[in-house]
Formats: sequence, C-alpha cells, structure tokens
Amino acid sequence: MMKVHESTKKEPLIHLTKRDAISWQKSILIRAAAIICALLFAAILITLLSKENPLNVYKSMFLGAFGSERRIWNLINDTCILLGISLAVTPAFRMKFWNCGAEGQTLIGALTAAACMYLFGDKLPLPAFFAVMTVACIVTSAIWALIPAIFKAFFNTNETLFTLMMNYIAIQLIMYFLKLWGKNGSGVLDRMPEYRFPIVGNQFLLAIITILVLTVLLYIYLRYSKQGYEISVVGESENTAKYIGINVKKVIIRTMIISGAICGLVGLLLVANGSCTVSTTLVGGQGFTAIMVSWLAKFNPLYMILSSLLIVFLGKGASQITTDFRVDSSIGDIITGIILLFIIGCEFFIHYKVHFRKKTKEEE
Amino acid sequence: MTTFITFLVSTVRLGMTLLFGATGEAITEKSGHLNLGIPGTMCVGAACGCVAESIYFTSVNGRMIPVLAVLIPIIATFIGGALMGLIYSFFTVTLRANQNVTGLVLTTFGIGISNYMIAQVKAEAYTFAAARKYFTAGLPFSKNLGWFGELFLSYGVMIYLAIAVAILTSIVLNKTRLGLHLRAVGENPATADAAGINVTAYRYGATCIGCGIAALGGITFVMDYLGGNWEYVIDSIGWLSVALVIFMAWRPSFGILCAIVFGAFYVASSYIPGINLQTKELFKMLPYLVTIVVLVVTSIRDRKEDQPPAGLGLNYYREER
Amino acid sequence: MKNKFAYTKRMICFAFSLFTLSIMAVLPASAATATDIGREYGFIIPVLAVLIAVLAACALLLVFLTHWTAKRVRRVRKEIAAVQAGETAKAAPAKRNANVPALELRHVTKTFGSVVANKNVDLDLKKGEILALLGENGCGKTTLMNMIAGIYFPDEGEIYIDGEPAVITSPKDAFRYGVGMIHQHFKLINVFSASENIVLGIKDGQKYKLSEVNRRVREIADRYGFHIDPTKKIHQMSVSEKQTVEIVKVLYRGADILILDEPTAVLTPQETEKLFAVLRRMRDDGKSIIIITHKMHEVLSISDRVAVLRKGEHIATVETATTDENKLTEMMIGKKVTLNIDRSEPVNPTERLTVKHITSVDADGVVTLDDISFTANAGEILGVAGIAGSGQRELLESIAGLHHVNEGEILYEDPTTGKTENLCDKTPLQIRELGVRLSFVPEDRLGMGLVGNMDIIDNMMLRSYRRGKSLFLDRKNPKDLALSIINNLEVVTPNEHTPVRRLSGGNVQKVLVGREIAASPSVLMAAYPVRGLDINSSYTIYNLLNEQKKKGVAVIFVGEDLDVLLALSDRIMVISGGKISGIVDARTTTKEEVGLLMTSDTRMNTDEKEDA
Repeated sequence: MMKVHESTKKEPLIHLTKRDAISWQKSILIRAAAIICALLFAAILITLLSKENPLNVYKSMFLGAFGSERRIWNLINDTCILLGISLAVTPAFRMKFWNCGAEGQTLIGALTAAACMYLFGDKLPLPAFFAVMTVACIVTSAIWALIPAIFKAFFNTNETLFTLMMNYIAIQLIMYFLKLWGKNGSGVLDRMPEYRFPIVGNQFLLAIITILVLTVLLYIYLRYSKQGYEISVVGESENTAKYIGINVKKVIIRTMIISGAICGLVGLLLVANGSCTVSTTLVGGQGFTAIMVSWLAKFNPLYMILSSLLIVFLGKGASQITTDFRVDSSIGDIITGIILLFIIGCEFFIHYKVHFRKKTKEEE
Repeated sequence: MTTFITFLVSTVRLGMTLLFGATGEAITEKSGHLNLGIPGTMCVGAACGCVAESIYFTSVNGRMIPVLAVLIPIIATFIGGALMGLIYSFFTVTLRANQNVTGLVLTTFGIGISNYMIAQVKAEAYTFAAARKYFTAGLPFSKNLGWFGELFLSYGVMIYLAIAVAILTSIVLNKTRLGLHLRAVGENPATADAAGINVTAYRYGATCIGCGIAALGGITFVMDYLGGNWEYVIDSIGWLSVALVIFMAWRPSFGILCAIVFGAFYVASSYIPGINLQTKELFKMLPYLVTIVVLVVTSIRDRKEDQPPAGLGLNYYREER
Repeated sequence: MKNKFAYTKRMICFAFSLFTLSIMAVLPASAATATDIGREYGFIIPVLAVLIAVLAACALLLVFLTHWTAKRVRRVRKEIAAVQAGETAKAAPAKRNANVPALELRHVTKTFGSVVANKNVDLDLKKGEILALLGENGCGKTTLMNMIAGIYFPDEGEIYIDGEPAVITSPKDAFRYGVGMIHQHFKLINVFSASENIVLGIKDGQKYKLSEVNRRVREIADRYGFHIDPTKKIHQMSVSEKQTVEIVKVLYRGADILILDEPTAVLTPQETEKLFAVLRRMRDDGKSIIIITHKMHEVLSISDRVAVLRKGEHIATVETATTDENKLTEMMIGKKVTLNIDRSEPVNPTERLTVKHITSVDADGVVTLDDISFTANAGEILGVAGIAGSGQRELLESIAGLHHVNEGEILYEDPTTGKTENLCDKTPLQIRELGVRLSFVPEDRLGMGLVGNMDIIDNMMLRSYRRGKSLFLDRKNPKDLALSIINNLEVVTPNEHTPVRRLSGGNVQKVLVGREIAASPSVLMAAYPVRGLDINSSYTIYNLLNEQKKKGVAVIFVGEDLDVLLALSDRIMVISGGKISGIVDARTTTKEEVGLLMTSDTRMNTDEKEDA
C-alpha cells in the first residue's frame, strides 16, 4: 500500500470544467483567434512547401477571391450554391437526423434537370418547360431524401450510413445515364445552353436571389413556424415529442422532404442556371462541405451566410495560389482542411474552461 | 471455368482490400468512434506507402531487397494512417469535437494531402510500379496446382495479411482483456471509466491502430488491385469499407466472408458477358444497395448482437452534468 | 476439459499467425527469384528460412514459458493470499481498534459553475464500521462520495486513506486505494455478462479467463451470502440482481472501503434486509462501509455512526446508539417542519376515469400490466404505491396514450358533456382532440416533460403551440404564462429566457407542474413529482396537488415515500409486479399494511378492490 501512495502523489495538471454560457463577444474572439492561428500555421506550411513569402501567398489568395468584378460575382454565386445545400441539410440536422446525403440529393436534382432538357426540352414551349423541370427536380430529390427518412421513421435505420450509401447510388445512376445519352458512349453529355434559364441582369443573379430568399424563408420557418418548433422538439428529445403528441414519424418524413426539395432546387440551379449539363463531379463534395457549414453556423440559416462565404473564399483563394505560384492544386485543399480543423478545435474553448492547477505545497 | 476463377481471384483481391479498411474501422467503431475520415486515412496511408517505396527505390538505385520492398511501404502506410487516427482522436477525444464533422473534414484534408504527396513523386511513379511484383507474387508452387493454386495460393502477401489481421482482431476483441475493455469503452464509456479503464487511452489507441490497419487497405489497393498505378479513386474504396463494417455486423472474422461477397458485387460487372457499358455502371451500385438492404434488415430485426456499439458517435466527458 | 480446449485453440491461433508470418516473408522472397534484382539477392531465401525457424522456436519457447510461469505465479499468489487471509483474521480485532481512520476527508470543497455542492467538509470513517450518510436530496452526498471514488476531483481539501494523503484522480486510483463505490445508477454494460462486468478494468497480471472469473465470483457470493449467476447477461437481470453484481464487482477488487449510494431505493423490504445482512457480514470481516440513505429507520438499524450533511456542509457525526429519529431530522433539515400535509375531504367525488382490465405486454414478451382495474374520482387524490418498476410508469403512460395496451378499456367521463370516451390505444393528440383535459407530470422531467435546451417560454408552448390555425407560433401567451409561473411558484431563474436545463431540480419541477396545471386539467397524473426536491419545493408541489383536488380534478399521484402517500392521498392503490395488490383508504390504513401489499404477489378480486 505504501508504494502505491508514493507513486500516485500527483494532481492533475490541467483541469476542465464546462462553461455555463459564454458572451457572444468572447465566442467571436475565440473563433477569430482560431482563424488567425490557422492562417499562421498554414503560412508556415506554405513557406515550407512552396518556398514563397506567405504574405504574397495570402495576397494572391485575397485577390483570387475579390480581385475583379467577375471574381466577386463568382464568389457570391458559389457561396450561394454552397449556402443552398447547407440550408437543405439544416432542418434535418436540427432534428438530429444526420443527413450526409445532400451530395446525392443535389446530384439527383441536377440529373433530373439534365434529363428534362435532354428528353423533352424541344417538345414543350420554354415557359412550360421551365415549370415542368422545376417541379420535376424538386420532386425527384424529395423522393430521394424520403427513402432513408421512411426507414429511419419506421425502423430506426441508421440514417448517416444510409444517406452516405445513397450518394454513391446517385453517382452510379448519373454514370449510367451519361453512358446512355453521351455520344458514342463517351460518358459526357453535351451542354444544352438553349434550355438555360433566362438571364436576369447577370448570369448569376437568379440563383443568388433564389437562395437568399430561401435563406430568409428557412430562418422564419425554423424559428417562428409550428413545424419548425416541432423539428426542434424532436431533435432535442423524442420522448418529449411523443409526450406532447407530436407524430415523430411524420415530422421526420416531412423534414426530409423539405431537405430533399431544397437540394433539388440547388441541383436545378446548378444545371439550368449554370452548367447546362450534368456530371458526377458537378456538386464536387459540397454536400459534405455543407455539413460543416451548417454545423459551424450552429444550424442557424443567417449565420450560414457567413460560414459558407468563409469556406468558399478559402477555396477560391487556394485555387488562385496554385495558378499564381504553380504549386500543386492540392495545397488549396490542405489549407482549407487546416483552417477548418482549427475552427472545429476552437469550439472546445467555447464550451469548456481550462484551469491549470497550481503546484500543491510539498508534504512536510 | 477460367473466367470464373479469374472472377473469384479478383473478387478476393478487392474483398481483402476492403477487409483491411473494414477491420480498421471496426476497431475504431468498437471504441465508440464513428470515423468518417477513413477514406481520407486510406488515401494518406497509401500515399505514404508509395512515397516511402519511391524513396527506397531511388536510394538503392532500383536494387530493392524484396522483403524490404514490401515491409517499408507497409510500415510507412501504417504510420501514415495512425497519424490520421491521432489527429482524429485529438479532435474528438481531447477537444470533444463532433465526430461526423471531424471525420468529413479529415477526409477532405486527407485526399488533399495524399494528392500533394503523390504529385511530388509523380515523376518517379514507375518506382512504386516496380514494387508491385513483390506485392502481387503468389506462393512459389501456386502455378503447378491448377485451379486450386490459382484460387488459394496465387495472391500477394497483403491478401493473406488481411485475413490474418481480421482473425487476430476477432480474437483480441472477444477473447482477451484488452478486447473486453475496448468493447466496454465503446458500449458505455462512463461505466468503463468507473471501472478504472482509461477511456482516453483506449479511444486514442484503438483509433490510431484502426486507422493504421485501414490505411493498409489503401496501399493494397494501389499496389495489388491497381497494379502499382495511382488512381484517384481510393476514397470510394474507403466508403465501401465503411459500408462493409455494417454488412459484417462489427465482426472482423465474419467480415472475411462478407468482404468476398462485397468484392464479388463490385467486380461482377466486368465478368458478366454481353452487358453494355451503361449496365456496367448500374452493376457498380450493387455493394451500396446491398449495404442499405443489410442496414434495413438489421434494423428491422433489432437483435442485440447485431447492433452498433451503444456509445458509437458520442464523445465522453467525465464531469458532464 | 474446457480449459484444455481453450489452450488448444490458442495454440492453433498461434500456429496460424506463425504460418501467415512465414508466408509474408517467403512470398516476396520467392517473387524475387523470378526477377533480375532477385537473382542477385537470391541468397536471402536460406537466410530468411533460418530466421523464421529461429523466430518460430523462440516464440514457441516463449509461449510455453509464459504459460508455465503464469501457472506457477498463480499458485504462489494463492498461497500468499491464504497466508494473508490468516493474518488478517488474526489482525482484525487489532485493526478495528486502531486509531487511524480508514478514510478521512479534510476541508473538501467542490463547486459546479456557480453551484457549491460541497463546502469545507470534514468526515472520517473508522475501520470496520458502517457509517450512514444522511441528508436531504441535493445536499451534496453523492458529489462528496464521487470525489472519494474518483469521479470528481475536489476543488480544495485533502483525502486521507489509512492516515496517508491520497490523490484520487480517477476510479482506477480509487480502486488502488481500496475504495469501491456502488452507484445509484448502476454502471454496468447491458450486453456483457455478470462476470465480464465484474472483471472489467482489472489488470492483475493474471491470465484473462472467464471460467476462472466465474469460479471466483461464486466463491465471493458464497462467502457473503449472495445469489448470482456469473454468466447471465445484465439486460436479463432484475434490479436487485444488478445491484448484487455491483457489490460483487467491488469486492472482487478487494475493496476495504465500500460506498453505497442509496442502495435500498430500488429494493423491496425483504431484499433490503438481505442486503443489510450482507453488509453486516462485511463489516465483521473488517470492511468499512459508507451507506447513503434517506430512510431513517434504515439508518438506525444498520449504521454504527451517522454523518449528517446539510446544503453541502457537514453538520455533525454522531453515534447511532446515542441519537434518535427526531434529532437526526432536526440536524438534517435545520428546523422542525410539520410533517402533516393539509388534507381536505374529497369534494363531491364522481367517477372521472375508469380503468377496466388493462393488460400490456412489452416487446420482450414481459407482462408489464396485468389486468389492472380501478377508478379515479374527481376531487380526490389517488395515491399509487409500489416498488420502483412495478408498472407505475406503464400505467400512467397507458392512460396518457404513450404506451400500447393489449387489452382492456380506459373510460373517461367528460364532466362538461357527460359523454364517456374510451382512451385506450389513442395517441396523445387524439386524446386531446376528444376534449379530454389530461395533464401528466412524467417521472423523467428533462427527458420527457420538458426540453432542457429550450428556454422557459418555449417549454410553456409544448402543450399549447398547436392552438389556432396560424402556421406560425404565438409566443405572447406562453411568455405571460412563464412569467406568472415564475412569480406564483417562486421559480429561481435569471429570467424567462433561461434554458430549463440550467435550473435546479426543484425549479425545473415547478416549471413542469406549473405548465401542466395551467392547462386546467380534469385529470392530473404526477409520477414521483417530489423526487430529488428539497422540503420546501416538495411542499409547494403538495399544495399544488391539493389545490387541484379542491377544484374537482381527479389527481393520480405516484409516490415512493409512504409517509407522504399516507398523508396526501385519499385512497392508495398498491401495485406489485404489474398487478393491483390492493386499494386502501389512506386515512385508516397503516404503513405496514401498504408495505406488505407492495411486496405481496396475491391478487385480490375486483369486487374487494372496489369496496376498499
């Protein structure tokens, strides 16, 4: 016994307690500090990898995002697309339904848009065609999202893994149709610009306005509507939801339909207000990035404008670095990854307080 | 018959690649970590292995010692994967970040890093292509035994290693104190902690080792299945592995069989005569579809033995109030 | 035979891994022979072969050696243990007279945020004694014990074990110091067997073999008189069995200091007696025991000394023999409180809710409710007594539409329309739509009745948000309600926008009960509404229930404290094992009668029950 006492005569050096609440100024300060730390860390890395002055690198990053009017429009458009997908996952997340399938849901929307163009673009007058295409995209994506929701609602099937798998099925479906419709089995569908949405002021403006309106609508829906309130209750505690007579199954299914429908709309914008064709990389992993955007914004649609802007800015800047300094394009991903990791890490300091224990007085 | 044998052989080769990933992920998940960073981990691991091989190749001017030519990339891969596991654990255990978000960021991050690493040695890509013959060489007498040799003895070293690792993992999980403690940490960390088990250490350890093993799947895929060519599809193998974990119900030894089934679904399209290009793409959906079916079936049956660890996806903080 | 099989299995595994190892080495080597580079290094094959042979030999030797030494070590250990056992037997009387306390706390303080759980607590535990730790709910008993068990670390103060300063930063440390705690909420893993749970976390250097563990568990059980099946899975066990596993777990680790946190709360009187007998045997064996309990007669019957905590502070430690119930109560609550609750005569009792022969079977095929029939009258409080888990929760949830009922009827007489509705197997929403004003204060307040992360206003809306045709929420009325509840029930909170999770237990309950009563119910069901509440909050709740009764509401009150049930209810329905074992008049019955009914298995016929 004596030996044991001696060997354990230590007190924990670092001691953690959970914070009750934190002022918003402080939380912004912590997040800002994290981003600065991340930029410093990334700067060191860039200097090591590319032998460039990091200040130049950041300058080119900034210019890459805001350098010209065109770039700014691009930035805003891309932000809106990412924001749109983030909006889509948010209602589900507030319900603690971990929808990792936004990628697939958006792709299905995009595929539907392209399919509409390919199959009966020339058979309908344009206004009617646009209406049909819009409805079709929203409906197919909603159905795509509905499938895991039904199983979650009735059998409590793990939705994270289910929706993940659905992404790959969506990708394979697109591959199938591309091989089917592409010329000579090339697997590439030609652009069909004649069926593009009419340009409103600027080729991006339509998407931007749509998404911004959607953001406000979703904010109001989640915060002030009865259905939004039900989503929060189900997310916080399913038992409570049952206790007050909420039909949890109905809420899960309804919310996922909304999720899917928004994804469909974004897919539609991607095709009909952008690429005019579809490919498996059209969404480019934004379905996953959206999860981070939504989580960083604490599932609040208004904050998401900021978090999606940050992430798109990083991406744009990073790709500019690669062209300016002729370094490998993957450096951009690495920088983005590092900054995101720092932001994730800083949440810890917002939720917990770290105490360093003073050395206790010696015995005797 | 020969086509069928070739089909089976390539099934096993892909299946065992997936088995690495699935075994690694199963170890991680048994500790309560739903690590969605596995695809990124496999990419980084494979890149580490390739770079190490490349360095080794150039430093001895192509005169590689066979054993080292296999061992060096294996070790480098394992270390690379374990490092990714370390990052993951640091965020989820020490900083208590959301597991899904951390995992997904790590996947993006990992793919970026691996692409960067591969870009650095792209010019010497022939170096790791040169190593493939050591990875794919079968047992010496396999050629003389006809279909039997082809089917059981013709594989590269990694395929056998995958089986060994899966069996070993099963034994450790079910028959040893270490495994008991690990399962406890994943089932109910608060209880494990109260029993004096160092939850942090187990979670760190299991995640690092699990990620190391999963990363071996990455190098196997590059060196064995792709024959030494780097292709940017390793992450899809990673997601398949995550799916396989569910399919095998968190049991690595049972996973050997499941992995072969999975592999069969994946390669089937290339071996079915008379199907066109687009139908092939539909066939590639099969593994994912089957995973979904398994997910649904296990959730409907709701047996205690088939369920994921109860603490999966939840971070643990002792003084939570 | 079993052992031999395990050994063979291990050998097979070992041989297999050796086999794969050799393949790993030979494969690339053989590949090499086929290549240009390989030809130059052809010599490597024989070298490798030798290497593998040496490795294999070493490994085999190692396996045999470890197996043999492990066997020997075990034998020697057993001998030492036997010798030690003899010594302790001899030394025991001396040890018990020793002046050094087994455990001593000095100036221990612990705070959670702004809440002080323990303040400057001094406490000592002698060797070979049973110390009862007494105090109101929320006075910091469990927190204090958790610090000894290594769950929390004190902010200030020292812990001494055997007179030596001890630093306990984790439960593992606690075990090393010989401290074991049996928590109120069992820390067991459901999918593991009893033995697996018991060995969990032990690193004694011995081989991990479950059959050996099973044997030792049986040995311990025999020694102290437990009944336990080591191979049974936890999720198949009863509460008392689980508690036994917890105690054996601590003993298996050779704990000298045992801490039991409210062990009797979940036990029947007979099981409690059995537990006490075991505890006394342990004490006579030289172990020191701290037992937390609320029940005064248990304190007096089991303990040698009593330590009293009040609001986180240590008030006094007294010899049990020199004290009595009144003195202890006074120390505990600080002032004399009249234990009498106002009880008015029932106002015009008419049948409000008639439950007829309801039976319910859960997913595992266990009958949770077995042919339950009773009537709840308007203007009357119907108390429900029973051991925890006898079907009280299922009964209330069945009435509220949350639990599936296989057979039977639940009839509600509408006081305004005079219509009768069958509530059986309707959803809570359907029940509401029928115009049934049913309020339910569930046992799990933050997990069911309220949403912890929402503020008080949003929690007020839970019941009423559907009102009106608008798609949007009305937060105005809930806010007024929140403010009136905060004022009328004296809820301590910074403001109405505070998440209820941050409120203390009593205030949470006031918010919940306040909301349920605000719906002006005609039937009010409350499950353990005062659990975890201090005396003052408890009285607030009793008064609220009495007010409702006077208003002509049919109140169903599920309680655990028999004194309260007897003082508050008009009739008491006793449930045992999902059946009604009796319905008695609370004014004439005795505690003993109710206690007896709680543990009885016999079922009375319906007529008798209705007469009672």
